[in-house]
Amino acid sequence: MQLISLPVSEQLILTLAALILFTSFLLLAQTRLVTLIHTFALQGGLLFLTTVLVAIASGRHHLLISAALTLGLKVFFIPWQLRLLVVRLDIRREVEVVGNASLIMIGAGALTLFSYYVALPIRELSLLSTRNTIAISLAVILIGMLMIITRRKAVTQVIGFMSMENGLMFAAVAATHGMPMVVELGVALDVLVAAILFGIFFFHIRSEFGSLDVDRLNRLNEVDR
Amino acid sequence: MNGWVIAIIQTALMAAGAPFLTGWVKWVKCKLQCRQGPPPWQPYRDLAKLFRKEVVISDKASVIFRISPYLIFSVTALAGSIVPLLAVGLPTSAIADVIVLVGFFALARFFLALAGMDIGTAFGGMGSSREVTISSLAEPAMLLAVFTLAMTVSSTNLATMIYRLLDFPFQLYPSFIFAGLGLLLVAVAECGRIPVDNPATHLELTMVHEAMILEYSGRHLALMEWAAMLKLMIYGVLIANLFVPWGVALEYTAYDFAVAMVTITAKLLVLGIVLAVSETSLAKMRLFRVPQFLGLAFILSLLGMLSHVILEVR
Amino acid sequence: MNALYLTLLLPLFGTMLFAVAGHRRSAGTINMFICVATFATSLWLAINVFNQGTLISDGKLFYIDGFNVYLILLNAFVGMTTSVFSGPYMAHEVEIGRVDDGRMRLYYSMYQGFLFTMLVALSTNNLGLLWVAVEGATLATVLLVSLYRTPESIEAGWKYFLICGVGIAQALFGTVLIYFAADKVLPGSDETLLWTVLNAHAMELEPTVLILAFVFLLVGYGTKVGLVPLHNWLPDAHSEGPTPMSAILSGLLLNVALYAIVRFKMIIDPALGTDLPGKIMMGFGLVTFATAGLLLHRQKDVKRMFSYSSIEHMGLMTFAFGIGGSLATFGGLLHMIVHSLTKSAIFVTVGHAAHVAKTQSIDKIRGLISTQPTVGWGLLLGTVAIAGFPPFGVFTSEFLLFSATMKSWPWLVITLLIGLAVAFAGLFRHVQPMVFGEAPPGQQPVEANMWPVIIHLVLILWLGISVPEVLARWIDQATIMIVGEGLL
Repeated sequence: MQLISLPVSEQLILTLAALILFTSFLLLAQTRLVTLIHTFALQGGLLFLTTVLVAIASGRHHLLISAALTLGLKVFFIPWQLRLLVVRLDIRREVEVVGNASLIMIGAGALTLFSYYVALPIRELSLLSTRNTIAISLAVILIGMLMIITRRKAVTQVIGFMSMENGLMFAAVAATHGMPMVVELGVALDVLVAAILFGIFFFHIRSEFGSLDVDRLNRLNEVDR
Repeated sequence: MNGWVIAIIQTALMAAGAPFLTGWVKWVKCKLQCRQGPPPWQPYRDLAKLFRKEVVISDKASVIFRISPYLIFSVTALAGSIVPLLAVGLPTSAIADVIVLVGFFALARFFLALAGMDIGTAFGGMGSSREVTISSLAEPAMLLAVFTLAMTVSSTNLATMIYRLLDFPFQLYPSFIFAGLGLLLVAVAECGRIPVDNPATHLELTMVHEAMILEYSGRHLALMEWAAMLKLMIYGVLIANLFVPWGVALEYTAYDFAVAMVTITAKLLVLGIVLAVSETSLAKMRLFRVPQFLGLAFILSLLGMLSHVILEVR
Repeated sequence: MNALYLTLLLPLFGTMLFAVAGHRRSAGTINMFICVATFATSLWLAINVFNQGTLISDGKLFYIDGFNVYLILLNAFVGMTTSVFSGPYMAHEVEIGRVDDGRMRLYYSMYQGFLFTMLVALSTNNLGLLWVAVEGATLATVLLVSLYRTPESIEAGWKYFLICGVGIAQALFGTVLIYFAADKVLPGSDETLLWTVLNAHAMELEPTVLILAFVFLLVGYGTKVGLVPLHNWLPDAHSEGPTPMSAILSGLLLNVALYAIVRFKMIIDPALGTDLPGKIMMGFGLVTFATAGLLLHRQKDVKRMFSYSSIEHMGLMTFAFGIGGSLATFGGLLHMIVHSLTKSAIFVTVGHAAHVAKTQSIDKIRGLISTQPTVGWGLLLGTVAIAGFPPFGVFTSEFLLFSATMKSWPWLVITLLIGLAVAFAGLFRHVQPMVFGEAPPGQQPVEANMWPVIIHLVLILWLGISVPEVLARWIDQATIMIVGEGLL
């Protein structure tokens, strides 16, 4: 048995890490838009819990502010806004066809293994007990990328993008006990602006292309045809 | 000597308790759906009635059809004998290996599928083909889930696994959450419960297990049904005792056995309620969606394995 | 330090001002004045740095040394000359009805916002803030790319947003890894992400973490630089956005992203003790250089074509910083300047040319020199300059680069020369008919302000004939900071 007894808080962080990874897989597999948004909010909630836990366990109380930001942005504001957009654009019932779902899932598993392999040298060095989370956060980031690549709907791509951000925040929180305050605030601001811009883009795409299917964005090519 | 007695008693308890578990699930389900429902011990009555009835066998049936019920029941009972219900460290634990367990199930399933096809009716063949399809998808998921646990305790022996889990100080294992969920899904699929199969219906388009045993009657049918109940019981005990091992007797004292008896009963009853709730809230899936369901089980088990490797190994 | 604060506050003030008043007719002029003022303060800042050496702000949040101050100056300068061009250009766009009041407010506000984020990115000492600023620059420009609301421009905007967003996320992960490495050396400190602190403790940082971080940073900021294969957004964004935007994107944003990579390399190189980061950069740079040169040939849109030329030059610079050594770094820094100046001049000219021909399609722009000689000559000279002909500055910096390559990787010079020839052929095959071809009947000259182009071209010519002593010393200072030894 290698898992030497850790404090309960750190065990909880590890568990939350696993759950966040799980929500990433769920996001990748989910085809219904509204459920997708809810799953994304759930991931934000898990991130919030992790941040609070790390803040309390490590005694870095400025993390509580970042936790509050996560709660406000990732759990409430962005999902709420996305939902509103989905309702307003009347795409609530749309189900996205994901080509070859099981292959994508296996791909996600492979990405997780890859990130583990990448993070292997790091974990051998660190003193922090939560260092293992680097691999998990990298996996969340890569799965977010995979989601952007494999999905064809603008809303889903945005959720993939935001879940990448979740992975980044998770890395910052769990692996390094939070970035300096200035950076946290700046990142939160960027996320907020990005979320608003995405909303604007939905309307533009919708009005110009008649659908949020990004497959139709195919006019610009690398070379002329 | 003492150990063997306990092992035999344990197996007998397993076989005897199985109909009650099935009845319990059905009863809770009826209550949830605001129906009167048969009492939990109804399956005993059904079995007794079936044993008394005459056996009708088609003249096209071969010897396989006749011996299958006995084979299936005894193999399932053997499987039941190696799952630690009350105590660990019994003489049977020498073969209480996960892979052996899976092998027993596969053997039983093999004969079940053969028996389904033996008569040559359309339903039997259909049921067999579906059963084999489902199990071929469920088996890897199950093995992966159990291997996740096995990696944590470095053994595939069920008794050793439980023993070591009880021996360690309390830990939160992220991987166990996934492995547990994965195993639950596999159990649902393997035991032919909603949303994969519905044991309560004989609708030709959807049935799997019922289609295979459609031609059986009398004591043969009773054995088949009993074996199915026993399988549910085995999965229940497996999940209950592997993921919540507390209460399993480590020493053979009367007190320990009493505690083990009470705890496992409580665990199984709770598990029965969970199953009933999920069966009430879920609708049966189309057969073509079952691979997706089992894909989820596989992904869960895979995640369990991954989070074990990534998060728990130091 | 006051000079720096002023330099930062002016564009910030402009952002807010134009958010409410950007649609006024006078906005173009005011925009120009703000940019001139910004340039003046940045010049003041540069003189301060020149006299007093490295500056650091009280909260250690800002840090100005010889390396970034010259980029700040360059930024402010190109921002200024482009703003001179932008006023009449956008007024023309309003006249022909391509944009309305709301979008003009957005345009001017984001023009300043973009300059602000660029200046913050260059001047900050905090590597996290650097990321925030670079991401902020994306956010500021993304709506400008889709300003015209045509399907193409929206597609370009979406691609730009998503690809750069995803790319830059990798850079944040790299930054987190750097923080992770630094946190071990300086646990619990709030100054761990400061570049000065990291630079001081570079030798103590863990190499395995750093090399991983560098890969992520290179991929992340490299997306912004336009390194192949992460370059897809760049031609789209440049071709579909308003032309002044293309000029500052090409002239500034790409430089800032490359600046970020070099800053990180400065920390990582000594800690690693190998030239692995350099080799990775060389590889990316070379592939970028070659691919972009080939793709130049297949373009039909004149702005797209020149954006591929930008990619090509960014590849060359990445290659230069990858080689390391004083000669290559000196050449790379000089190339940053000359490329920015030349490319923004070209985009300005192309903007006028597109107004003359009423299209951006290469096939339809013809006979510029007969219709409007200033525009035609401007485009021709700009292209000659960017293709690396003497006596323009690009030739000087490329010559330095090639000499450096010859010294350390002789056989790569052949690849570079072939790439250069391919790019040259691609450019001239398209530009020659545009300039000398027969003008379509009825093509009228437009009101064009060629002063920015003339100033830029004169500067490049000057840099090509003789790099001024002051500037050479200055670049040498920066070279010493980056690689530890000077050229002069």
